[in-house]
Amino acid sequence: MTKNANVEDLDHVVVRFSGDSGDGMQLAGNIFSTISATVGNDICTFPDYPADIRAPQGSLTGVSGFQVHIGAGKVFTPGDKCDVLVAMNPAALKTQYKFCKPTGAIIIDTDCFNEVDLKKAEFQTLNAIEEMGIKNDVIAAPITQMVKDCLADSGMDNKAILKCRNMFALGLVCWLFNRDLTVAANMLKEKFVKKPGLAESNIKVIQAGYDYGHNTHSSVSHTYTIETKEKKGKGIFMDINGNKATAYGMIAAAEKAGLKLYLGSYPITPATDVLHELAKHKSLGVTTVQCEDEIAGCASAVGASFAGALGCTSTSGPGICLKSEAMNLAVILELPLVVLDVQRGGPATGLPTKSEQTDLLQCLFGRNGESPMPVIAAISPTDCFDAAYSACKMALEHMTPVVLMTDAFIANGSAAWKLPNLEEYPAINPPYVTSEMKGNWAPYQRNPETGVRYWATPGTEGFCHILGGLEKDNKTGAISTNPENHDLMTHLRQDKIDKIPVPDVEVLGDKDDAELLIVGFGGTFGHLHASMDEMRAAGKKVALAHFKFVNPLPKNTASVLKKYKKVVVAEQNLGQFAGWLRMKVDNFAPYQFNEVKGQPFAVSDLVKAFTEIYNK
Amino acid sequence: MSEYTAKDFKKGQPRWCPGCGDHFFLASLQKAMAEIGIAPYDTAVISGIGCSSRLPHYMATYGMNTIHGRAAAIATGCKIANPNLTVWQVSGDGDGLAIGGNHFIHTNRRNIDLNMILLNNRIYGLTKGQYSPTSPRGFVSKSSPYGTVEDPFRPAELCFGARGHFFARAVATDAPGTIEILKAAQAHKGASVCEILQNCIIFNNGTHESVHTPEGRAKNAIYLEHGKPMIFGENKEFGLVQEGFGLKVAKIGENGITEKDILVHDAHCEDNTLQLKLALMEGPDFPIALGVIRDVEAPTYNDAIEEQIKDVKSKKTYHNFQELLMTNDTWEVK
Ligand code: SF4
Repeated sequence: MTKNANVEDLDHVVVRFSGDSGDGMQLAGNIFSTISATVGNDICTFPDYPADIRAPQGSLTGVSGFQVHIGAGKVFTPGDKCDVLVAMNPAALKTQYKFCKPTGAIIIDTDCFNEVDLKKAEFQTLNAIEEMGIKNDVIAAPITQMVKDCLADSGMDNKAILKCRNMFALGLVCWLFNRDLTVAANMLKEKFVKKPGLAESNIKVIQAGYDYGHNTHSSVSHTYTIETKEKKGKGIFMDINGNKATAYGMIAAAEKAGLKLYLGSYPITPATDVLHELAKHKSLGVTTVQCEDEIAGCASAVGASFAGALGCTSTSGPGICLKSEAMNLAVILELPLVVLDVQRGGPATGLPTKSEQTDLLQCLFGRNGESPMPVIAAISPTDCFDAAYSACKMALEHMTPVVLMTDAFIANGSAAWKLPNLEEYPAINPPYVTSEMKGNWAPYQRNPETGVRYWATPGTEGFCHILGGLEKDNKTGAISTNPENHDLMTHLRQDKIDKIPVPDVEVLGDKDDAELLIVGFGGTFGHLHASMDEMRAAGKKVALAHFKFVNPLPKNTASVLKKYKKVVVAEQNLGQFAGWLRMKVDNFAPYQFNEVKGQPFAVSDLVKAFTEIYNK
Repeated sequence: MSEYTAKDFKKGQPRWCPGCGDHFFLASLQKAMAEIGIAPYDTAVISGIGCSSRLPHYMATYGMNTIHGRAAAIATGCKIANPNLTVWQVSGDGDGLAIGGNHFIHTNRRNIDLNMILLNNRIYGLTKGQYSPTSPRGFVSKSSPYGTVEDPFRPAELCFGARGHFFARAVATDAPGTIEILKAAQAHKGASVCEILQNCIIFNNGTHESVHTPEGRAKNAIYLEHGKPMIFGENKEFGLVQEGFGLKVAKIGENGITEKDILVHDAHCEDNTLQLKLALMEGPDFPIALGVIRDVEAPTYNDAIEEQIKDVKSKKTYHNFQELLMTNDTWEVK
């Protein structure tokens, strides 16, 4: 690869691809992040979908974005603002410019900045750049025309040709960051394995974009490299988003436990991709049933668990409302069940495509009666795998429903993931009845240490029994309205959950002498970590305790929270986790940072708020 | 010969009101299971909530007395997860057709291999006497003191509307009739709906009065048998004939009608038009149809899913998690 004369070495860079929903911004972004990952950069991506499915072409509501953060060292978030903004049309420029740093470069397709398109994006004049007062470097390239010229002989029709515009922009970005195009070519060949002609055309366009940058040196002063400084460790990697990682975690756990994986589900944004992913893997024996409603999704999973499978159900907040009845049934039956909540903005239909952490109290408490249920909150796209595995293991070994919480941000965001080796994962041993128990076994007899009852599945001779949603005798399982027994059963169900062992919460950063401890849970880990890093780089003593196991809380929770002078709990709700901690830790009075915008935190906002607390 | 007797399926002392139709049905179910001969431990009985949903507690099989309305959904998951089990789903008219109506129709549409029992007493018993979705228009109950102003569901119509392939009916007090349809339901692969006309002696006594006793049934019911002419009456003097788009009761020997003119029942007929007409017959002009009204073979969901798994397994190259990982775009860091 020929190197440009002016090459600047960067630590990390954020590129945002934006255009019409149909412009293929996600594919361009994905390829760019994978190319970067293959040279050892760390990556973190986040798609920003429009709320409307098929908004009119070129309209402001139809813009979709895909942000890629690549770093020489570890990156924790997709980045607040971008260094390079690709805007394929005026609507993209108008809506996405706010994500661009003042120093960022902007790439636009001038062929799409004609009168009609400008009008669609509600511009008043014919000069969008001037009208918006943009002072950034702008690479204004006639992308559409060049793509047409490039593919003139391809035999493709105009529509198909226009679909390749994203690859030109990608080529240009690759030139800007001195990226090798071989990986992109391979990825496209793979993607269009059944249409080699299409792969060829796309590759040709990427090259054209790259050459255009190289030949014209465009209007930027230099290009960049991001040399890998901190290798992620050896191994085979892939780019994975949270929903896929969740599905993989369930598959892995079922295989480890030697059980059939059953998913009862109902389509709901942003959880549906888990159903899509699992539905593909029939060759692994995975059974997915798209049920008539959320209720049946969960209820059928309870039925599947009763029959001896690993019953799972996937949804988002509004679906949890409907599933809570069957989740509660699983509590009293004491059957394994994994309930996935990919959180989105609420209440009610709320913001279906946006992300927040507002379902915590619903997951912890949103059921009638005393209904203790473990809650695990995945902390990053790749952690969704481990969190899902832990949730399945916990459900199966402790005979309980478990809520696995993720959110739209980590579900759709992706990062480089080192392929796990299932052999290194802990065994999953459900408490099956043994043949010795035959004859003197009762359904609600418990393991004295764990408080867990034993699992007899239909088809096993000698263990016929009935389970039910009515309160039952603490041994035989027969219906019982005895007050003492109900009190005992209420305690037994609670104790069983309280006894589940979970790993200690780790304190990161200045764990010995931090002036401020940042506390969070679930999908905000990356942003909280990045804000801690930034504050420490500015000479402040800061630590982070980020919780993945929410119920039961780790044993060291109180000692960690009490150790530091100042504690701030930061979450994307009005303080649900802080409230939960206060309920569990006496005299805990943290500062709070709460924001419910449906967007990921901005690290800059966090740093500002935390610094204020720090300086108080 | 089956190695089981009804006793092998019995457990505990039922707590229904004395004289409740559920007692009769339970005894018939246990006898039918013994005759069918599937082991109690390979059998799961799953109910929702309501008087009749207490039934699994009195069965020596595997069982679940779950939550209101969800029995069909729970049974669906159970059957799909372990297709080797014989799964009976037991609901009342409130459980199955009101709160659980959605699951009832979709289970039929999917054709899950379940034996779906609908104990229809046209009332909410457990909550002490409110009208149900099968109570007739004008029905006076605690929640409709001036009579209901809505039409009831007719279970067969729902079942057929949902593309159900099996529908049978029996009166709870009629043990042979009940046992016969339960056995037929078990023999049928797919969702098999058995409507049991059950009397709630406390809150809706007499709702199925006309067919409650053997004498009543002789007069007011017709026992349908596939391939047999549809003849009924105390002296087998009546038969069903077709007239225009509908059915008509004809007296044999009058107006030149002979046995040959009587319609022959065809439960296996794919087209459900006449079967529906049979199922909807009611007095005083028509007899109430009992027995297997519709019994048509069709692919079941659980079989189809198993086949699909087998098929995909043979076509795909990955069969475990580690192999699945390698189907992705990956890169190596050395
Ligand atoms: S209330 Fe009616 S249905 Fe319920 S047990 Fe008594 S008689 Fe049977």
